[in-house]
Amino acid sequence: MPTDTRSLEQSLASLNVESRRVAPCKVADAVAAFAADPAVAVHLDRDNASLPDSVTVDPTPVELKDATTGVTPAAFAVADYGSVVLPTTAAGSELVSLHVDRHVAVLDAADVVSDMESAFERFGRDISNRYGSAVLATGPSATADMGALVKGAHGPSEVRVVIVED
Amino acid sequence: MSKADRLREIMDEEGDAVHANTQSFNRGRYDSVADLEDYEALKEEARTIKEDAIERLPELIDRLEETVEGNGGTLYLADDVADANRYIREVVGEESAKTVVKSKSMTSEELDVNDALATDGHEVVETDLGEWVLQVADEAPSHIVAPAIHKSREAIAELLNEHFDSDEPLETAEELTTFARETLGERISEADVGMTGANFIAADTGTMALVTSEGNARKSIAATDTHVAIAGVEKVIPSIEDLQPFVELIGRSGTGQDITSYISLLTPPVKTPTINFNDDETPLSALDDDDREFHLVLIDNGRMAMRNDDDLRETLYCIRCSACSNVCANFQQVGGHAFGGETYSGGIATGWEAGVEGTDVAGEFNDLCTGCSRCVDACPVKIDIPWINTVVRDRVNRGKAGKIDFLVDGLTPDDEAGNPPLQKRLFGNFETVAKLGSALAPLSNWLADTTVSKRMMDRFLGIDARRDLPEFKRETLTEWCTDRDSTIQNPRRQAVLYPDLYTNHVQIERGKAAIRVLETLGVDVVVPTAPSSGRAPLSQGMVETARDHAERVADSLDPFIEEGRDIVVIEPSDLAMFEREYEQLLDLATQERLADESYEIMEYVFGLLENGADAAALCEGAGEHVAYHSHCQQRTLGLEGHTVAVLEHCGFDVWTSDVECCGMAGSFGYKSDYYDVSMAAGDELRRQFHEKDTQNRTVVASGTSCLEQLDSLLERHPTHPIELLVD
Ligand code: SF4
Repeated sequence: MPTDTRSLEQSLASLNVESRRVAPCKVADAVAAFAADPAVAVHLDRDNASLPDSVTVDPTPVELKDATTGVTPAAFAVADYGSVVLPTTAAGSELVSLHVDRHVAVLDAADVVSDMESAFERFGRDISNRYGSAVLATGPSATADMGALVKGAHGPSEVRVVIVED
Repeated sequence: MSKADRLREIMDEEGDAVHANTQSFNRGRYDSVADLEDYEALKEEARTIKEDAIERLPELIDRLEETVEGNGGTLYLADDVADANRYIREVVGEESAKTVVKSKSMTSEELDVNDALATDGHEVVETDLGEWVLQVADEAPSHIVAPAIHKSREAIAELLNEHFDSDEPLETAEELTTFARETLGERISEADVGMTGANFIAADTGTMALVTSEGNARKSIAATDTHVAIAGVEKVIPSIEDLQPFVELIGRSGTGQDITSYISLLTPPVKTPTINFNDDETPLSALDDDDREFHLVLIDNGRMAMRNDDDLRETLYCIRCSACSNVCANFQQVGGHAFGGETYSGGIATGWEAGVEGTDVAGEFNDLCTGCSRCVDACPVKIDIPWINTVVRDRVNRGKAGKIDFLVDGLTPDDEAGNPPLQKRLFGNFETVAKLGSALAPLSNWLADTTVSKRMMDRFLGIDARRDLPEFKRETLTEWCTDRDSTIQNPRRQAVLYPDLYTNHVQIERGKAAIRVLETLGVDVVVPTAPSSGRAPLSQGMVETARDHAERVADSLDPFIEEGRDIVVIEPSDLAMFEREYEQLLDLATQERLADESYEIMEYVFGLLENGADAAALCEGAGEHVAYHSHCQQRTLGLEGHTVAVLEHCGFDVWTSDVECCGMAGSFGYKSDYYDVSMAAGDELRRQFHEKDTQNRTVVASGTSCLEQLDSLLERHPTHPIELLVD
C-alpha cells in the first residue's frame, strides 16, 4: 500500500472519520456498512463499482431532505490533513454531501496526494477545466459558537471515507 | 463614564468568557504550528505573496475582472461604503428578494449592509451561529473570527429561550446548535440571495476561497440563485496555487485548528442545481443551474490610500486570522468591545480602523496596545503590528490641537509637532524625569510617595495612586562606574554594558551584578554614559523623539563597536529597540551594526559559557527552586531559553511562566485608565506563581516592568536572574 494512503488513513482516524480500503467489487458493501438509512447518492461515475440498492441514486429534493446519509465521489484527498476534495457538480454533489447528517465520500486510492502543496498544484491544473468549484472538506462540520465544541453545525456531523483500490 | 469605568464594566460582563476562549485559541495555536515542519518558511512565503499582490494590486484587479466576467459573473469595484451599498441594494432589489441569507464577513460589517438592505425592506439573516446569536441579541462582534466569544453558553441559552419563547428550554451546546440549525435551515431555503465574504480571491481563475467550519456559507450559496460576495480589494492574490500557505496557516493561527472543516474553492456561478425542497418529482440531475447569478463586490474604502501609505500598507497583508487578538494579554482581558473600533478588533484593528474609518476612531482604543510585541511572531504574514500602533498613536498625538502646557513645556522636544497629552509627554520623556529623580533623591522619592502628591499625579497626570513609583537612586550606575577600573588581565572579550534608564537610575543592583558576573567570566566591561533607548517616547507614540534617541544611542555606542566591544543590554525592551524598532528609526546599516553587536545579558553569559568560560566561578544554584517570568519582547526575540539554560547550567531548578505579558508593559500599568486592565492581566501571573509547585520558589524576571508588576502582586521580592549568579 502506498504511504500516502496509510497516512491518509491515520489523519482520518485522528479526525474520528472512519475509513475502509476496498476493491471495486466491494464498494457497495462498504457503502452499505457506512450508510444509515435513508441514504441518497449521486452517481459514482465509475464502471467497476456500484452502490447498494438501499441507496437512492439521484434523489429528488424531498428525498434529499429526508435522508440521513449522502454518498458522493471525492476528486482526491490530502493525506497530511485527512481532507477530501468534493467537486461541485450539476448532479448536485454539493447538496448531497451537505444536507445530510452523515456524509460518505468515495475516493480512488490513486487520488491521494501527500500534502497541501501537491493539492494546490492539482487545483491549479484542474479547478478551471474540471470542476470549477470544489470544497476541501476535513472532518465533520463543527461550531464552537454555542459555548462548547459541537460536531454537526449546518453540515454533517459524521464523515466516512471509502477508499477504492484497483 | 470614565474610560477606567467603562473598561471595568466590560471586563466584569465579558472578561471571563473572552479570557477563557482567547487563551484556548492561543494555546491551540502554539500546539498546531508546532506540528508544521517549516512554520517560519510558510509564513515567509505567505508574506511574500501578499507583498507582491499588494504591489501589483491594480493589475491583479483588472485580471480578476476578466476572469470573473469570463466565468459568467460580475465584478463591481466600489469606492466606498455608500457606493458598495448602492450597488448591493440594486442587485438585491432586482431579485425582489425578501430574505437574504448571509455568512460571516467582517467586510460586510464594515458596510453595515444589513441596515442598508433593511431600508428597502429586505431582511438579512445571519447564518453563522455566532453572528446569528449577536443578531438576536442586537450586539456587535467582539472578535474577528469568533464574533460571540464574549458570550457564555448560559448567556446564549437564556437569550434564545427568551427570544423564541421555547417550550422546552434549551440548555446544552448541542441543543442550542440543533435549534439554530433548524431555525436557520428554514430561513436559508426560503431565501433568494446568498451573501458571503471571501478570504482570498485568485486573479488567474476567479476562484475565491471561503474558510469556514459550520457549512452555512456552503448552504447559503447552494440554496440561493444569486450570490453576492463582498471583499476588500486586498483579498486578491495572483493565482490559485498561492492559496496553499494561507490554507495551512489561517486555521492554525486563529483558533488553533490545523485546518477548518471547509475551505470552499468557488469559481462562481457554481454548477450546483438550484433547489426547491418541496419538489418530490425532479431528480437533482434534472434540475438546472441556468439562472445562477454572481456578483463580486470589491471594496476600496480607503484601502488604495493605505497601499500608498508606507506605515499602514502592511495592514493590507492581514488575513484576519485573529492570532494577534488571542495572544494579546490586554485583549484577553477586555475583548473586542473595548479593544476595537467600528468594525475591527485586536492589535491590527488600529491599522484597519485608521485606514478605513480614520485616525480618530483608531485613537479611541489604540492605547490598549502596549507594544509588548507578542503578536509579531504569531502573525502568519509577519506584520509589525506594534509599529502600526505606534505610528497611529503618533498621528493621533499630532492631530490633537490645543495649547502646550507650560509646566511640562520643557518636556516636549521641538521635534514633536502637535501636542501629545501631558501624561504622554511625561512618560515619553521619562529620561528627564529619571535624571531629576536621581539628582533630587531621596527627597524626590519621599515627595512622590506622599498621599497628596499621589492624588495630584492621579488627577493631573493620570498616574494611578495605587501604584508605587520607581525609587530613584542618588548614585547612578554610570557614576558608580566612573571611579572603577576594570582589572581583567587578558580579557576573554571586551564589552560595553549599556546603562539603560532603569538600570542606571533605579535598579542599580542588577547593573552591578551584571558587571561582576561578566568580570568573573573574564570580560572587560565599561559602562559609558549613553542616552536612553527611546523606548519611553516611542511607547507614547512620539516617534521623532524616539528617533532622536536612537541616533544619539548609535552615535555614543558606535566608537565602542569600532573598538571591537560587544554591547550587552540588561533591559529586554531596550534590546528589542535595537533589534526591531530601530529598523524604522535609523538607516539600515547603522541599525544592523548595532543589532548585530548587541546581546541580552543572559544570552551573552550563555555564549560565554558555551565558549569555554567557567561557570564554577559563578554562584552555585545547588538545586535552588526558581520561578522565572521572561519578558514579552525578550520572548519575541527568541531569548527566553538562554536565561533558563544559564540558570540550569549553574545548578538552579527552573520553572517558567507562560503568561504572554505581565500587564505592566512600561508605563501602561501606571495609568489610571488602565490600572484595572493591567492588574487583571497580572492576575494570571499571580495565579501561576501561587501554585503548589511555584509558591515557594525564588522569583526572577528579566524586564523592569515585569519586576515591578511581580513586586506588587507577590509577597516575595523578585530580582533579575543575573543577581542569582553573584554571591
Ligand atoms: S494582523 Fe496578522 S495576526 Fe492579526 S489578524 Fe491579521 S494576519 Fe492575523
